[in-house]
Amino acid sequence: MSGILGMAHDAGMFTVHQTIGSVLCCKCGIRMQPNAANMCVKCLRSEVDITEGLLKRLVLVHCPECESYLQPPRTWVKLQLESKELLTFCLKKLQKNMNINKVKLVNAEFIWTEPHSKRVKVKVSVQKEVYHGAILEQSYLVEYVQQDHLCESCAKVAANPDQWVAAVQLRQHVSHRRTFYYLEQLILRHGAAARAVRIKQMDHGIDFYFSNRSHGNKFVEFIGKVAPVKSRSDKQLVSHDSKSNNYNYKYTFSVEISPICREDLICLPPKAAAILGNIGPIVVCTKVTNSIALLDPLTLKFGFLDAEQYWRTSFKSLLTSRQLVEYIVLDIEPVSSEITVGGMKYVLADAQVARVSDFGSNDTQFTIRTHLGHLLKPGDHALGYDLYGANTNDMELDRYKGYIPEVVLIKKSYEEKRQKKRGKARPWKLKSLNMEVDDKIKVDEDKRDAEYEHFLKDLEENPELRFNISLYQNNDYQPSEVGSVTDVDDGEEIPSVPFEELVSGLEELGLDDNANGEDSMAE
Amino acid sequence: MATRLKFENSCEVGVFSKLTNAYCLVAVGGSENFYSTFEAELSDVIPVIKTSIGGTRIVGRLCIGNKNGLLLPHTTTDQELQHLKNSLPDQVRVQRIEEKLSALGNCIACNDHVALTHTDLDKETEEVVADVLGVEVFRQTVAGNILVGSYCAFSNKGGLVHPHTSVEDLDELSTLLQVPLVAGTVNRGSEVIAAGMTVNDWTAFCGSDTTATELSVIENVFKLREAKPSAIVDEMRKSLFDS
Repeated sequence: MSGILGMAHDAGMFTVHQTIGSVLCCKCGIRMQPNAANMCVKCLRSEVDITEGLLKRLVLVHCPECESYLQPPRTWVKLQLESKELLTFCLKKLQKNMNINKVKLVNAEFIWTEPHSKRVKVKVSVQKEVYHGAILEQSYLVEYVQQDHLCESCAKVAANPDQWVAAVQLRQHVSHRRTFYYLEQLILRHGAAARAVRIKQMDHGIDFYFSNRSHGNKFVEFIGKVAPVKSRSDKQLVSHDSKSNNYNYKYTFSVEISPICREDLICLPPKAAAILGNIGPIVVCTKVTNSIALLDPLTLKFGFLDAEQYWRTSFKSLLTSRQLVEYIVLDIEPVSSEITVGGMKYVLADAQVARVSDFGSNDTQFTIRTHLGHLLKPGDHALGYDLYGANTNDMELDRYKGYIPEVVLIKKSYEEKRQKKRGKARPWKLKSLNMEVDDKIKVDEDKRDAEYEHFLKDLEENPELRFNISLYQNNDYQPSEVGSVTDVDDGEEIPSVPFEELVSGLEELGLDDNANGEDSMAE
Repeated sequence: MATRLKFENSCEVGVFSKLTNAYCLVAVGGSENFYSTFEAELSDVIPVIKTSIGGTRIVGRLCIGNKNGLLLPHTTTDQELQHLKNSLPDQVRVQRIEEKLSALGNCIACNDHVALTHTDLDKETEEVVADVLGVEVFRQTVAGNILVGSYCAFSNKGGLVHPHTSVEDLDELSTLLQVPLVAGTVNRGSEVIAAGMTVNDWTAFCGSDTTATELSVIENVFKLREAKPSAIVDEMRKSLFDS
C-alpha cells in the first residue's frame, strides 16, 4: 500500500501520512519501533556477539634500534607510535580474520598506552548482518603486544660495526685534488653518500664503503653522471651456506676518473682530433662533466668527448694548471666579434703579452692569438701556458709538424687584487664530508691548504662551477671593513659570490638532509 | 490456547498445516509427531485430515478455506480432490479453481466473514471466493506487501499483521475486517506471520521458536484464553440440526 501511495505522491495526489506503529520486542516485550530483527537493541546485543571469533590479542615484532616493525616475512617498516601508518599496519593484521567472519570494519582509533608498556591498544568498531538483514554495530578492544627483536640490519651492525659489503674506490691519477674537492661538494648536495658506512681518503682518491651492493652501484652510477669515468666491478666470496645455498660476497667497484681537468692544455692525438672534426692539436679543456669539452683557442672551434670516446683514445694533458705562468697584457686587438661557443662567450683577439718575470727585466714579448678578447684589456694580468719555454715530454707534440703557439692564455688573473684582500674571511663557506684520513700516507699540509684555497678561488671566479653546489652563509664574516681599503685604485672588483646564491643559515639549522634535499628540489 | 510445535525441525507451522473452525488439514511428515499434536488438541472437535496438494507438502500455503468451503489450486490431483471431498464434512464445499496465482494460501487471507486478497487476483476467482467461502472480498496490501495471505493471519476474533504496518493501515484494515488487529511477529521476530502460525477461533499453533512475549500477544489478540471449543461447536451443531 505504501508503495502505491509513494507513486501517487509523486504524481501530486493526496497521500495519507504513515505513522510507524510499535510492536513488542519478541524477547523482552518492551514497546519498540519495528526493525529487521524485531528485537530491541539490548536483546539483540545479548543474543548475538558479533565480535565472537575475531582476534583480540596480537603480536607486533619491533626492533628497538631502528624503531621499525616487522612485516612478515622479511620487511621491516619504520613506524611512529600513534601514527596513521601504524594504525593501518595494525588493522591489516585483522583484515583476513574479519573477512572470514563476514564482519565489516567501520572505525578504529588508538587508546593511549604508556610508551614503555609495550602494548598498543586499538578500539575497533565493526558491523555485521544478523537475523533478517538487521545490521548490528559493536566496538571492542584489540590489544597488540610489542615484542622486541633486532632486525637483520641492526643485528649485523651490532655484531660488526665496520662491516661493509660493497666498496667503491674512486681514483684520479693527477697530482692535485681539485676534482675531489668539487666531487665532495656535489656528493654533499645530492646526498649520494648518505648510505655510506665509511669514507676514507686515500692517495689519489677516496674510498667509499657501503653495506649493500645496490647502494654502491647507485653511487657508481651517480659518479658516472658527473665525471667521465671508467669502472669495473669484482666480487669476493666471504661465506657460503651449503645447506640453504646462500653465498655472501664482498663487492668492489673500481672507478677511475679521467685525468683531464679544467684549464688543462692538451695536445690531441690524430685519432681524437679526427673524432672532433680535426680541431687543432693544441686544445684547452674548458669544462669537465660526464663529458670533456675542448676548445681550440686559435680557431674557437669546439668539441665534446664523452667518457667512452675518451677512454678509447686515452690521452693525457700536456700541461696542467700547476704550470700556469703569469703574463701581462701589453696590447690587445679583437679580431672577431663575440661568439658564443658552448654556452660561453669568447672573442678572438691578437695580443702582445710578456711574462711578468720578463717584464721590466728584458724585452721578451710574444704576439699571440687568444680567445680571451672579451676579458682582457691592456695592463691586465692573465695566466697562461708557456709553450715557448716549457720542456714537455709528449710524443704527440713531437710528432706534430704544424704551427704550435708559443703562449696559450687561459684566464684572467686577479692575483694583485687578491693580495689586498689577503687574510679576510669570505662571506660564504662550504660543508665537508666526514672523511677518515689514513695516517700512514704522508700529507703535505701546506700543499693541501694551497690547493683548497685555489679551489675556493675557482668557485668565486666561475659561476657555472657553483651551479651544482650549495654555498652556505658564513656567520663569522664581517663586511664592514673591506670597502674602504680597496676602493682607491680598483677599476674593477674581484669576482665574488652574489648574496642570493648563498643558502641561509636557517636552512642549515634544520636537518642536514633537509637542506640538501631542498636544494636539489630547487634545481 | 496456543501450542508451540515444529514440523520436521522447521518452525514454519503455517506452511504445513491449514486450520479452520470446521476442519484441519495437515501435511504428511516422516514422523507422526506433527499430526499427533494436532490430533491431541483437535480430534474430538473437528476432523484432522492428512493430505498433500499437487504432490507437495506445503498444504497451508496452497489452499484457502473457512468453515463454509475450501478452495484448491489447479495443481491438485483428482485423487487428492476426491480424498478431501470424502474426508471433509458435507457442509464444506470443496472446489478446485483455475488461477494463475496458484499459491492461494499466500494470496488470500480469510475468516468466516471477510477475505483479503492479492491485488492482481482474477475477477472470476474473486467471485468464486465470495461464493464458495461466503465472504466479502477486499483487495488490499499489508505493509506494502501484496501477498496478504502470508503477512497476516486473522480469525473471527482478532488478527495479527506484519510488524512494519503503519498505524493508519492498521486502522483501515481493522475497519474492513471488523476485528481488532495488532502488528507483531512470530517465531522470534519473523515477519511472515501466516507461515509461522495457524489459528482458528479457539486455538492457535505456532512455531517452537516463538518467544513468550509473542505468544502472549497472540493469545491476547485472538482471545484464546477465554475461548473454549465446546461453545463454538455447540453453535455449529445447532445449525446442523436445524437444516
